[in-house]
Amino acid sequence: MQPGHGEVLLAEGDPRVREDEERLVEAFRRQLDEGMWAAVPTTHAGSGRREAQMVKEYSDIPSEAERVIFFPRASGG
Amino acid sequence: MLLALLVLALIAVVLTAPIILRKVRAWREDRAARAAEAGPVGLELYDPGRERRAEQRARELLRSCVNAEEWAMYRDLGFIRVVGKRTRTPDRARGAAYAYLVYPHKPIVAFVPGSGQLLSEYCVEFPDLTGGDRRTRLPASDDVLAKWMALTSDEDRVIRRANMHLVGRQLDPARVRRDLWRLAEWERRRQRGREIGHSPR
Repeated sequence: MQPGHGEVLLAEGDPRVREDEERLVEAFRRQLDEGMWAAVPTTHAGSGRREAQMVKEYSDIPSEAERVIFFPRASGG
Repeated sequence: MLLALLVLALIAVVLTAPIILRKVRAWREDRAARAAEAGPVGLELYDPGRERRAEQRARELLRSCVNAEEWAMYRDLGFIRVVGKRTRTPDRARGAAYAYLVYPHKPIVAFVPGSGQLLSEYCVEFPDLTGGDRRTRLPASDDVLAKWMALTSDEDRVIRRANMHLVGRQLDPARVRRDLWRLAEWERRRQRGREIGHSPR
């Protein structure tokens, strides 16, 4: 998510493919270096309830995640 | 001594070179992206449809992330209720100790679902971190999604970062109470629809 633009695709690829994964890791780190927060939308297996899971490392991303959403970190308004 | 200093300096250069190169590459890509948006004389052209398209994309993104009930709530009422995590029965809003009303570009309001008592408002924003115009903000639906993700994933962190006030500083308490009444009516209608066999949208 980018102020003034909304959703912007940063990178996509198959994390099982090494070149793709390197690109994804690079994009992930760059976003976090810029101070963005990263979250993965998740669905509870039992209840089906949706939530988000904050991720701080690339390795924290659940293997079944289809996308990671970066958004500016919250600050007092 | 001089040789040792030279060796140390060389090691420092070698170690920091990849970081500097990465920053320079990111800066160049950012500059190229900005130049692509700018017109032939370097002025950023105003695109009257950009914000509308951004909001449409944001609505689709929000819809794909939140629960069906939350999406319907936002579509019909313009806000989302998020149940506070520090509660004994987190899956049932009616049994929750507290919940939040999430509005686009307005403070998050904490309230007691059972009594409708308003607790506090949390002023929070998601400013542009890329060095761009700080007046630009997320599309309305992205702002709601950012708050939803922050609250459902790490409630404590976002609440700690927010400025907390009694309800009434930015939001009209009468309007929030009216929204809670609208929410209760909306849920009653959906419940009635379910009972007579109409699946709610």
